[in-house]
Amino acid sequence: MIERDEEQASAQDPTDPRAEMLPPPVRRIRLDAQPTVALPPLTDAGVDADGRAPGASGLPARTARATPAGRERMTLKSLSVFYGDNEAVKQVSLAIREGEVLALIGPSGCGKTTLLRTLNRLTELTPSARRTGVIRIDGTDVDDIEVTTLRRRVSMVFQQPNPFPMSVFDNVAYALREQGAKRPKKKVLEPYVIEALRRAGLLDEVKDKLDHPALRLSGGQQQRLCIARALAAGPEVLLMDEPCSALDPKSTEVIEDLILELRQSLAVVIVTHNLQQAHRVGDNVAFMYLGDLVEYGPADQLFGNPVAERTRDYVRGAFG
Amino acid sequence: MLERLREPWTDQRAERVLGALACLILGVIVFMIVFVAVRAWPSFHANGLSWFSAKGNVDVQLSRMVNSGANPTPADYQIGAWPLIYATLLTTVLAAGLGLVFSTLSAIFIVEFAPEGIRRLIVPIVRLLAAVPSVIYGLIGILVLAPFVGNHLISQGRKKSVEFVIQLSGTSLLVAVVILTIMITPIMIAITVDGLYAIPRSWKEGAVALGVNRWRAMWTVTVRAARPAILAGAVLATARAFGEAIMISMVSGSKGFAPNPADGLTFIFEPVKTLASNIVENAESINAPAMRSTLYAMALLLLLGGFGLSIASWIAKQPLKKYGTRG
Amino acid sequence: MDRTLIPPEAAGPLPPLRTPPRQDRKRRVNESISTWRWTDRIGYGLMWAAGLLVCAIGIGIVLYMMFRGLQYLRPSLLFSHPQAELDQSKTGGFLDPLLGTILLTVLGICLAVPLAVAAATWIVEYARPAWLARIVDSGIEIIAGTPDIVIALFGLVLFQQRIFGWMSFTAQGGAVFGRSFLTAGCMMSLIALPMVFASTREGLQAIPSHVREASYALGKTKAATIRRVLLPSVKANISTGAALGMGRIAGDTAIVVVLLGATLTLSPEGSVPGLRVLKGTGGTLTSYVYNNSPAGEGNAPQKAYAAAFVLLLIVVGLNFVVDLIARSSAKSGLETSRLGAR
Repeated sequence: MIERDEEQASAQDPTDPRAEMLPPPVRRIRLDAQPTVALPPLTDAGVDADGRAPGASGLPARTARATPAGRERMTLKSLSVFYGDNEAVKQVSLAIREGEVLALIGPSGCGKTTLLRTLNRLTELTPSARRTGVIRIDGTDVDDIEVTTLRRRVSMVFQQPNPFPMSVFDNVAYALREQGAKRPKKKVLEPYVIEALRRAGLLDEVKDKLDHPALRLSGGQQQRLCIARALAAGPEVLLMDEPCSALDPKSTEVIEDLILELRQSLAVVIVTHNLQQAHRVGDNVAFMYLGDLVEYGPADQLFGNPVAERTRDYVRGAFG
Repeated sequence: MLERLREPWTDQRAERVLGALACLILGVIVFMIVFVAVRAWPSFHANGLSWFSAKGNVDVQLSRMVNSGANPTPADYQIGAWPLIYATLLTTVLAAGLGLVFSTLSAIFIVEFAPEGIRRLIVPIVRLLAAVPSVIYGLIGILVLAPFVGNHLISQGRKKSVEFVIQLSGTSLLVAVVILTIMITPIMIAITVDGLYAIPRSWKEGAVALGVNRWRAMWTVTVRAARPAILAGAVLATARAFGEAIMISMVSGSKGFAPNPADGLTFIFEPVKTLASNIVENAESINAPAMRSTLYAMALLLLLGGFGLSIASWIAKQPLKKYGTRG
Repeated sequence: MDRTLIPPEAAGPLPPLRTPPRQDRKRRVNESISTWRWTDRIGYGLMWAAGLLVCAIGIGIVLYMMFRGLQYLRPSLLFSHPQAELDQSKTGGFLDPLLGTILLTVLGICLAVPLAVAAATWIVEYARPAWLARIVDSGIEIIAGTPDIVIALFGLVLFQQRIFGWMSFTAQGGAVFGRSFLTAGCMMSLIALPMVFASTREGLQAIPSHVREASYALGKTKAATIRRVLLPSVKANISTGAALGMGRIAGDTAIVVVLLGATLTLSPEGSVPGLRVLKGTGGTLTSYVYNNSPAGEGNAPQKAYAAAFVLLLIVVGLNFVVDLIARSSAKSGLETSRLGAR
């Protein structure tokens, strides 16, 4: 039950003289008292021969996983993040598994980007940020690992493509060069760079342009270059912060296909505004609102038959 | 006619007047070069290319010019200015090199690593140091640093070892370079800090997210991208360094002596005289034609040196622009 | 695995607002320097050393000059305000050099500001033909890069021509002395010019084009727009540039030594009152300090310290004025130059 403005009823009557003077309709989402959380999903039941799960009514078909979900790579327990006095993330508990894509959705300012950045301890760059709760990677508390080592295992791709002002080769090889104790030679690095570019789906386009400045690539290519750069160090978890929001639809499609391929070897966490994208790409979806984790479940379930009211309000209309 | 002046000006007239004033500045520069060159010509003419070589004791040659009076013979024009040129190059290159390292590190410190309290202290300090007049640096140099060097750093044995060639008091190459470095560093810090702030933070954040520590990320990404700005600052500072006359003349011992690197460590304790400081010291005797011509010749050299620096920096910037660094 | 749900209606009142932890009590493993390469560690250490050294040197210089200055700035010389006693003998105070500094600074900046503002306005607003604008721009950069000693010599050459005989002392035989406040003031304006020019140009370029367009749309000519709209709004920039330029003029010694005669007292020349002082020679605080140091003839380091202290106060004061202007105009939304070097 959505509260609507009472005047809206009369706004629907075109003969009503008040119709033109009324403010536009307001759709309010009621603040629930307690967050509703659905625990991790069931096994993949009912996958048909084409690998497509039967979509819930009205939803387009998705490409389901080829292999079942792997082990848990990262676990969050009661994670809370404070910026000054403001609680941006309120006691969120989640699991991130290898071989699946976790999509974080929610309106602006709900804390999903903050949550993402906490996973590789990037929030520590902000002086006013405080964190409570536990994050574990492969059982070890994230705070007990040195932060640079952590970031090599958990890589991040940002919203705006940010390739360095160097050549394509130097960009991808950057992580490898700067991590070791000694600077490896170019010949040693070359196979790793080629492999990373191949995994990012960029190799064909830049094969003979490896020494060209990275900033001269197109937007979609730059983002794939950033993905290649993140992959070069061999991470276990890939974090993506709205990777396609600055790109055109064609590049978006390319990157979404890429994500579906990457999930076979990595755990992927993607933050997105685009609900269709979350449905296409995400295996499990977590809906956040004002810092609370409101609902978490398989994509079909969350979009087709959401449990929590707030989720219903949010995804309503996205899938008709 | 006065009414015509008080009418609102047409655009054309305003443009012409403003343009004329701007071109006046241009005219000044052209005249400057021409006049200086004209006055310098006799000295070059009398010496030929040997003007640039080492022909004996520069101080003796200069005093002969002063004594030559109003009608100098060609022999009075003789000068071999190499010791002065060498000293200028030495002080400039050393100060610029030290200053570059010092200022880049300080700039990184200010931009990234300084705790808030220290940053609030260091920024006004840099501004203050940039504003201090060179004569005050010279005063501190000659009244504090030079006696310190002379009494505590130069041993008696060292003084004796070069006694027959040169007297070692505290005023020396060392003091000149140290104070020159302190003088030019604040300018470079200011320009480098501006350059570093202009680099998008997303690059550094991307590097940190790849698991590279903050220092390395700063150095390999941000500083590398800010190289044109750092170069611009270095050029500006170098131009200031080799034109510095007053401070050098106060602290460097004012002997037209070319320090010999073969002397080992003593090399830095030897006095020097640069082109600019030489001009300032002999400025009273500028009425003697021989001296006048020589001093203008040195001024012309300084002027051309400045041009050369600007051109060199422009050339050096070109390859940096390739990968899209901020220019 | 089943799903547990708490229906919203069954939930109680809102949970209490959580207070954030005072600080991260948990010990985190941060970037530990032991994993860095040794080159990184050396660089990091040197960086801290450089930063602290800058602070130390700056504070050291300030404290030392203050200490010496206050030690030697005796009441009999001059005190808290820079009017020395009118004892003009050589061992007295330094009223004349002080007056010389003030006179020269005012003269220099009065010549520099109109010229620089005109040039900056022309370059930003007109700049036709384009090649000329680029040449003027480069020209001002060249002036900025020229050593002050070269500018001094140039001034000498220029003002020793007969045409400029009216600016300084002219001997019976027609030889022009070429050294006076007027000639030095002209050359001082050249060294202040680039700073005023740069500040003004930055200010004018920062004015968004819709301001100009609004003025043209009201029917005002370009000249009137410049005069009534643009220039008043860059007043802060012009003032900043002027203050920086004045600081540079006050601190300059080479031009004074060559072009002002560097005499100890103001020696007016000629008979026209007012103009006599300008045509005459004199000294400034900078030449006074130079002459009284062991490098010059005098050998009175105490006087040198005292005068240097006063000079430092003047220059620091001017820079403080720059700060004030920058801060007050930042409040009203304008941007002025930052660390304000050269």
